[in-house]
Amino acid sequence: MAVFGTDVDRPLYGRSSAGLRFTGYAALAITLMYYDQHGRLAQRIRFALDAAAYPVQSAVSSPATGWRWLTDSFQTRDELRAENQQLRARVTGLELSVMRQAALEQENNELRGLRNSLPPLIKHWQLAEIISVETNPLRQRIVINKGEHDGVVVSQAVVDGNGVLGQVARVGPWSAEVILVTDPEHAIPVQVTRNNLRSVAVGSGNSGELLLPYVAINSDVKSGDLLVTSGLGGVFPAGLPVATISGVHRESQQVLAQVRAQPVATVERDREVILLDFEPSNPAAPAHNPPIEPAPTAVTKPQPKPQDPDE
Amino acid sequence: MSGRTPRLTILTTCIIALVLTVAPLPTWPAILRPAFLVLVLLYWSVMYPRAGGMMLAFIGGLAIDVFQGSLLGEHALALCFIVYLGIRFNLLMRAKPLFEQSLFVFVALVVYETLLWMLDGWSGHPLTTPWRWAHTPVGGLIWPLVVGILGRFQPSR
Repeated sequence: MAVFGTDVDRPLYGRSSAGLRFTGYAALAITLMYYDQHGRLAQRIRFALDAAAYPVQSAVSSPATGWRWLTDSFQTRDELRAENQQLRARVTGLELSVMRQAALEQENNELRGLRNSLPPLIKHWQLAEIISVETNPLRQRIVINKGEHDGVVVSQAVVDGNGVLGQVARVGPWSAEVILVTDPEHAIPVQVTRNNLRSVAVGSGNSGELLLPYVAINSDVKSGDLLVTSGLGGVFPAGLPVATISGVHRESQQVLAQVRAQPVATVERDREVILLDFEPSNPAAPAHNPPIEPAPTAVTKPQPKPQDPDE
Repeated sequence: MSGRTPRLTILTTCIIALVLTVAPLPTWPAILRPAFLVLVLLYWSVMYPRAGGMMLAFIGGLAIDVFQGSLLGEHALALCFIVYLGIRFNLLMRAKPLFEQSLFVFVALVVYETLLWMLDGWSGHPLTTPWRWAHTPVGGLIWPLVVGILGRFQPSR
């Protein structure tokens, strides 16, 4: 079977320097990894590389974008009209609930004994388009088309119309990577609305499921309970919907119950997400936790800004 | 027996493989997606041990790291090692029938994934789901296809 079926390409020379070259490149790679893990220098390199990667990223996701554009432009008038009607009905419903909310906020302020009304929780929000979606068991991330130039910062909260989607993990000049709540490396502090039980919801790697691994077997949770953010952890404010509990499994030998929840945000159907900035003087805003310094001399150093100033 | 290296072909196929590696896919295809860049680089490093595949591996690996947000240099190191294996054992590899080559490729992919796994653990992102290994047998299985396709692009000597 002639597979590679041809003669040898000067093998004696070819083999001689491979080990040396490999050693060189390996040393380079290890140095890079070390600085990426510990140093600041690699962050700059990474920022530049992110900028270079942005057009490619857009190009790679362009078939999907093109298809969406195509289906959008060929939607019939009837469909649009029906959608319009639906949206109008929804707006009316929302307006009604907002009307009620103003009264509730007023009442809440009075109950809290505050003379002046509180500043609104959300200081600033902006829409961002999803450029690419990656949902596999190892990584649940999306890339959005807003970056440092639009004021996006690391660990900014990202939501859609239904609830919490995730937080910004990495910021490039014109794009940012968002780690979703369902990413196996992500955990979000939550609270059951029915009884204020607090816990942590960890991503499962499945885009339709969150796990609550730290719920005691005798705690009061049941299917259908709504989980909202508890306001701990310094990223999300209190009270944003996260998930509804979809299953509780208790085994008498185990100390912890196995609780699964279904996220309310629907990343599969979203095209746009909302980036939020919070008013720090509102009591529901996330507590500002300064980032932990990796260096042992952290106490004497001035607090570093999370983002380098624009150059 | 001119032995000229088709540098342009190598570069083009590597870029295509890189795009295939980082293109967003739905869940199941993404899990089973073979590591195209590893396969393509392995092929070229076996066929042309002196074509500078190691540098391509380094740059391509760095590109994967940038796209996927993994530790900078992680994929670069793993890819360079696979290319090194390919160059080192190119004679052994060429002499074998396709079936045995597939086995070799499977082992190389397991080595590749193990390296990534170790580096992930070292950098504090341990991902122990067994799905991360799912692409290794797929890569071994499509190796004959890779050989068939890339063999066509190769100038006949």
